[in-house]
Amino acid sequence: MNIAKDARTAVAGLPLAGLAVVEVFFFSLLVTAISLLGAGIGLFLIPAAAIAARSTVNITRRLAGARLEGGIPEPYLPEPPREGGLKSWWARTQWILTDPATWRDLAWMLVNPVVGLVLVLLPLTLIAFGVFGLLMPLLWEDISGSGGNNWYWFVKVTDSQSALYALGLGIPTLLIGLVSAPALMRAHAQLARTLLAPTETARKVLHLTRTRSEVVSSSAAELRRIERDLHDGAQARLVALGMNLGVAEQLLAKDPEAVRAILADTRKASASALTELRDLIRGIHPPVLADRGLADAVRALALDSPLDVSVTAELPGRADAPVESALYFAVSEILTNAAKHASPTHVDVDLWYADGRIRAQVSDDGHGGADPSRGTGLRGIERRLAAFDGVLAVHSPVGGPTTLTLEIPCALS
Amino acid sequence: MRVVLAEDLFLLRDGLVRLLEAYDFEIVAAVDNGPSLLRALVDERPDVAVVDVRLPPTFTDEGLQAALTARKQVPGLPVLVLSQYVEQLYARELLADGSGGIGYLLKDRVFDPDQFVESVRRVAAGGTAMDPDVVAKLFAKDSNGPKGSLARLTPREREVLALMAEGRSNASIAQALVITERSVIKHTSNIFAKLDLPVSDDANRRVLAVLAFLR
Repeated sequence: MNIAKDARTAVAGLPLAGLAVVEVFFFSLLVTAISLLGAGIGLFLIPAAAIAARSTVNITRRLAGARLEGGIPEPYLPEPPREGGLKSWWARTQWILTDPATWRDLAWMLVNPVVGLVLVLLPLTLIAFGVFGLLMPLLWEDISGSGGNNWYWFVKVTDSQSALYALGLGIPTLLIGLVSAPALMRAHAQLARTLLAPTETARKVLHLTRTRSEVVSSSAAELRRIERDLHDGAQARLVALGMNLGVAEQLLAKDPEAVRAILADTRKASASALTELRDLIRGIHPPVLADRGLADAVRALALDSPLDVSVTAELPGRADAPVESALYFAVSEILTNAAKHASPTHVDVDLWYADGRIRAQVSDDGHGGADPSRGTGLRGIERRLAAFDGVLAVHSPVGGPTTLTLEIPCALS
Repeated sequence: MRVVLAEDLFLLRDGLVRLLEAYDFEIVAAVDNGPSLLRALVDERPDVAVVDVRLPPTFTDEGLQAALTARKQVPGLPVLVLSQYVEQLYARELLADGSGGIGYLLKDRVFDPDQFVESVRRVAAGGTAMDPDVVAKLFAKDSNGPKGSLARLTPREREVLALMAEGRSNASIAQALVITERSVIKHTSNIFAKLDLPVSDDANRRVLAVLAFLR
């Protein structure tokens, strides 16, 4: 047992107890604001009161969350854009009132001052009372003399003999206070997490909102890229083809030799237009992926990669086309990155399906040091997988080797 | 020369029929889907088949699959596969049985009728016609690794091998590299020796030389 540490834990209850008292105030403030909604003025009070209450509760989240692994994340829905005017006030009030987290905050501000206060103050109280018992032999005369309360637990302290009994009781009281401190503070933190952490649904909504906006913006960017490629590439070449043919038509009678040269050029231009279209199509949906599915598409990738790549695949069926495509492009990007940065001599790609999840693992013996928080490439892959509730695990110590595992929950057909 | 043709787009099928007939080929069947292609190949036993990779009903690699199946039933049946894109994976599958009579070209190569027809004839004769794109990819990969079989070849021999992989004749290689046919023959026999290819007829050895890289 670490007395100093337990004592510190017990003392940490003080600010939480203070917060519990402040929360009573914000509870009444918010409830009052909400009850004034009918009178109209609530419209302006609710957002302000809620935001003040939230910042207080957020301090509790931080303090109590420090005792739990993973902490207590904020559950609030993202704020609507401010537009100004009455409509904006209404939108903000609506944002507060329709967020389940607001009501869970209220419940917390009601429960915490009662149950929470007891939990966080109990260890400190026991410790203080224990210390008081230890000091009884020194203090009893003064207390009795001034006519104060001379009960210690069930012992009435009237002489030095009973003061010693009090000292004997003070020791276990102090110890219980110290020992219970971590458990009770933890219990408080658990209680806080139950009411203050995002619910499963809220987490899901938050995740979906975020991934949806990412998917929408990345597919918009994709479409812009395709449009630009078509516009500058194939379309421009077809215009040039038309022009060349027009010139050839004009020259046909006068200069057949020149026409021959123009036609040869035109044929070359049409071949390059085809090449450009082919590359574009490969970037949208690779032909082998369409023909054969993920396993063969990744094998084709391995063949085209400048690296020495071996592929093993055990997939009992085919995943949905979007899932296949997401994994394909992720593996493709990883191979490109490996070739660019890690200079490995060999790369292994494994594809398999287990527990309702399709997994791809890419391991290379390059010099490692891949870090999703620095590289935008890995972050992009993470985002693309997130749209399918998939995840990317990176294991890449400096000096290598690097193992990237991609996982997407899906059904095979 | 009797040809079976498989292409699902009417315009392209029509164009190919006209092109091949202009060069005195006899089109015994022009089909537009996988199952009829397989039937035509097995029933007609053409001298050569010109096949689009992507065909109905699945619009995947139906044509390639039909060609591979037919070659199992009729070993060595010459097939020239045309495609909008070339994949090393498919090239390997086509060449895997090592018996030659295989072509794999981008559809664009039809733009040059003389060369295209020469490719068709070469495949019909049991040779190969690999698209320069496929060959380029093979070389790009192999030249990266020191343990690749190419490491044993001189730069000149690599050039000769690349052209040989496309299926070109010695005369055509000599012309492309501006060297004499005699030195081409010298280079090819060096290549065969360095790649440990057994002594057999020249066309077959050329197929094996290409296969040496694919492995």
